[in-house]
Amino acid sequence: MTPSWKFWLIGGLVVAVFGAAIYFPILRRRVKRAARLQQQSEEQARRELTQPIAINPGDPRVKTKVFWVSDAIDSTLAPVTVELPLSNDPVLRSKQVLNTLLAGPVDAELRTLPPDASLLAFYLLPDGTAIADFSEALATSIPSGIVSEQLAVNSITRTLEANVPQVQRLKILIHGQEVETLAGHLDLTGTFVVNTKVAQEPGKPTPTASSTDKPASPAAAEKTPTPVLATLTADYAPGKLGQTESRP
Amino acid sequence: MKNTFQIKLVSVIGLLCVALLAGALISPSQTPSQAQQPAPGSPATTSPAASPTAGGATGSTSAFGTQGQQSGLNIVVLDPAHGGTDPGARGTGGIRESEIVLDFAVQVRRALELQGFQVVQTRQGNENPSFDDRSATGNAQRGAVFVTLHISSTGLPGTARVYVNSDLPPLGNASGLIPWDRAQAPFLGLSKAFGNLVQGFLAQRFKGSPDTAQSASVRQLRTTAAPAIAVEISSVTVEDRADLDRMAPGVADAIARGAAAFKPSYIVPSTPGALP
Repeated sequence: MTPSWKFWLIGGLVVAVFGAAIYFPILRRRVKRAARLQQQSEEQARRELTQPIAINPGDPRVKTKVFWVSDAIDSTLAPVTVELPLSNDPVLRSKQVLNTLLAGPVDAELRTLPPDASLLAFYLLPDGTAIADFSEALATSIPSGIVSEQLAVNSITRTLEANVPQVQRLKILIHGQEVETLAGHLDLTGTFVVNTKVAQEPGKPTPTASSTDKPASPAAAEKTPTPVLATLTADYAPGKLGQTESRP
Repeated sequence: MKNTFQIKLVSVIGLLCVALLAGALISPSQTPSQAQQPAPGSPATTSPAASPTAGGATGSTSAFGTQGQQSGLNIVVLDPAHGGTDPGARGTGGIRESEIVLDFAVQVRRALELQGFQVVQTRQGNENPSFDDRSATGNAQRGAVFVTLHISSTGLPGTARVYVNSDLPPLGNASGLIPWDRAQAPFLGLSKAFGNLVQGFLAQRFKGSPDTAQSASVRQLRTTAAPAIAVEISSVTVEDRADLDRMAPGVADAIARGAAAFKPSYIVPSTPGALP
């Protein structure tokens, strides 16, 4: 082995190492991009399989209340009445109203749900518990925050409450899975009460969809907070627990 | 001789190349792990950190409980939300909720300490404890209130809202134990009272804010066995981060005054073995 042969061998190796150092990050980026594309196309395929239920023009046209945001800044919901041919079957009817809600209002600023989110499946159990399975975009595209996440869930529950009386409680799944929160804040582990007249299911965390719908009153901001005068204690003293248990 | 020199030279170049390659490969994979580490120089928590065994909602074996501490509110558990790989809400100007709430927590802490409260933080730096770990930190304290800090991505900029947990089903057992997944249930009334006080002070300072606390199914609050509120400030959409930073003293003052106003009305049972 002559020295010049060695020189060229080592030189070649150096070039190869350099080449690899430059090419490897590019390759990694390409692999990542390919994986992302594949994920998107899976989601696309699933969506095509679960096309929104077409509205049957033969169904009677009924006034449907859909809840969107009343004002882009204000965090309140307002019903918008639209005439739609709705099915009498509660599951089909729920799908139809939720797809209308997802499609959004004319003014995109008043939407409560992200435009790329879709309803993948909807089930109704005999006890009135509905299960709505939304695509991942509902969790990933929604603006993160208590107020925005609560508006999203409230718009779903109130739209169902106004149009499908059979639905009493709602469980929200994301891409077929139970998730802890919608986008880091709102609890999705329990069921939401849709029809408030129905008794809550005992023994399970049952977050209620309520209350942010009250408009903030600037005039009220002038008020001084009233101190709580009564002495408060945690209401789980042994005696009180006993009372709770004795309830029917 | 000359050949030996050439071989040495080429070997050195080769080694340098290998070192460069290794550097190029390691540096991108290091970035996320660095982000998860606590900020350098972050002080150790002054609090008795929640021990894993104190994870039960009973919290009756906390360091404070065994020291026969005076009953009554004297600790505020501050929870800067998100952190680590979870930035929370993100604004177009690069504003990250997880960073701002940590800065807010520093000011809230100072204001609370001036009011005589001991403050325990669920995170000191850029880490992301789980919801349950954060609740466990709070549940390990006796006579504490829990405040979780958030910045929203929507809402009227310059306003602040207080949330308490939505109604939970009442506890139905007589064992005296609180189920972890509904630990907030017995405290909802207290949380509302505390939340209304803080919201009242916030509304005085930040016009356009509601005048009473609202309820929402906030995951963090559900497993917290103490009067617990979430404070959410609007919003990460502001053009300049300074707009949010300017709100920090007002928010800190409102929380401190709210806790001070709530203190006389919150009587913690001091009998050993009683909850909490």
